[in-house]
Amino acid sequence: MVAQPNISVFCRSVTKTYGSGNAAVQALRGIDLDAREGELMMLVGPSGCGKTTLISVIAGILDHDGGHCTVLGRNYAEMDPRERVRHRGRNVGFVFQAFNLIPTLTAVENVAVPLMINGTPRRTAVRRAAEILERVDLSGRMHSLPAQLSGGQQQRVAIARAMVHDPRLIVCDEPTSALDHETGRRIMDLLRGIAMNDRRCLIIVTHDTRIFDFADRIAKMDDGRIVEIVAPPGE
Amino acid sequence: MNIVALKMLVGDRAKYLGIITGLMFASLLITQQMGIFVGLMIRSYSTITDMAYPDIWVMDPKVQFIDDIKPMQDTQLYRVRSVEGVEWATPLYKGLIKARLDSGLYQTCIVLGLDDATLIGGPPEMVEGRLADLRQSDAIIVNRIGATEKLCRSSGRPDGPKIPLKVGDTVELNDHRAVVVGLCDVTRTFQSQPVIYTTYSRATIFAPIERKKLTFVLVKAAAGQDKQALCDRIHRVTGLAAYTKEQFSDLTVNYYLKYTGIPINFGITVALGFVVGTAIAGQTFYNFTLDHLRHFGALKAMGATNGQLLKMIVLQSVLVGAIGYGLGTGAAAGIGYLMRDTSLAFRLPWQLMAASAAAIGLICTASAILSMRRVTSLEPAIVFKS
Repeated sequence: MVAQPNISVFCRSVTKTYGSGNAAVQALRGIDLDAREGELMMLVGPSGCGKTTLISVIAGILDHDGGHCTVLGRNYAEMDPRERVRHRGRNVGFVFQAFNLIPTLTAVENVAVPLMINGTPRRTAVRRAAEILERVDLSGRMHSLPAQLSGGQQQRVAIARAMVHDPRLIVCDEPTSALDHETGRRIMDLLRGIAMNDRRCLIIVTHDTRIFDFADRIAKMDDGRIVEIVAPPGE
Repeated sequence: MNIVALKMLVGDRAKYLGIITGLMFASLLITQQMGIFVGLMIRSYSTITDMAYPDIWVMDPKVQFIDDIKPMQDTQLYRVRSVEGVEWATPLYKGLIKARLDSGLYQTCIVLGLDDATLIGGPPEMVEGRLADLRQSDAIIVNRIGATEKLCRSSGRPDGPKIPLKVGDTVELNDHRAVVVGLCDVTRTFQSQPVIYTTYSRATIFAPIERKKLTFVLVKAAAGQDKQALCDRIHRVTGLAAYTKEQFSDLTVNYYLKYTGIPINFGITVALGFVVGTAIAGQTFYNFTLDHLRHFGALKAMGATNGQLLKMIVLQSVLVGAIGYGLGTGAAAGIGYLMRDTSLAFRLPWQLMAASAAAIGLICTASAILSMRRVTSLEPAIVFKS
């Protein structure tokens, strides 16, 4: 099985089981999914349906048990753990539901973290982080601590952090669930722009029906399976 | 990533200060108690180290430590002098003699009787008067602290100030008149009793009546003589015990270590400091890691390797360890310095500082290992759990 050149995520029959014996829980029961460059795909479904497990597998932070998962042309099954960590650090950006900004670092330092993880000298990393913060309209809050920022501003810092090292895949977990409607839409505008402008692939896990219209495609999940892939409402 | 590690640590002000305070108190307790222990042990043989000239101390074979007085016959001095390799040998009287104070109370003093002719074994530092003044009639030299504290006179008023003993004053030693002709500084003794120097012949007069009065024979080895070989020869020829200064000091310390409860008492306090330090600092450091587990998880998800995260924890641990150790040892040294003129026995040799550093290092290592185990076993997928 070979992924097409413009396919960022290529999953076939991916399975994942937590625990063993009577306590085993099958979180993914044969996932088939493609996500393309420049595409914003949303994963939706009820709690416990396997969305978070699937993006964890796609992001390379969780091993799958069976099937085939190729991300950005690299088959996870053929990579050793160290290689997978390196691949993740260079090619995947993360936006978390709870932002996960380090509270004692300023906005610009938080954004610089992925670069420093990849070995970029601190001064260069901070300069690059400052440029990215300008792109998300936070140039005036670079030296603020997360606690001094609003929820929307914190999420913009998190988005800047996710794209500072120019990853080709960004995975977002409920990026708008902690935000009000208006701020949530502004954040989605920003994420959508990132995907479209730089031909990145964005995979967003969400329950928030108000932002479905930002998606290129929506994969509906239930009980560890993708039951339907649809176009967003209104298209 | 070092800056991230440091900012994570320092930014969590309460825990950072908690860890440092725990380590500081552990270091303070360990260093100070060990410092006092070492100080006391050094005091136990201060009489030996205060006497600069003799190389070898000769005594009754049954003597176990410096204050274990087992007098010998005076003729033993001549037997020692006859041993080949002895350049000179002088007698030393050492005993406890009661001094009668103005108030009618008695104070036990350490009396050292020096060779009448040479006065070898005199105090290391004269504050007032000269050592040669001991040749005057009834003369004694008293150590300054003894003169100002335990042997001082009352001013006559119940709450009036105490008047230190001074040159020219008389003291009653075991019903004998003694005249203070000088004041000296000596290293404090273990029991902090006043130290009185006089001549050997006068000391034997002051001393209670005993058949034997010679306590030690102080020996200088002839040039080129091996001290240990000379000790062996003296023992072989005279049957007496002969020790170098270092050996006699060790013998004294070993006696205190073996037969007194001092090491176990100090040991318990030191152990307590170690346990308290481990409990407070170790637990707080581990809690700090647990509190930041989500951030470590995020770093891991973003591509940080276990090696990078371990380096961060080691850096944090080394930083708090160094600061806690520095503050604790500094405080112990400061207390020791401020109390240098009191009766507090405190010494801070480099070996003790190294031992304290090792103890703090152990606490930090233990807590860092716990934190490392937690972080290395951390699943980065934790970051997707709300």
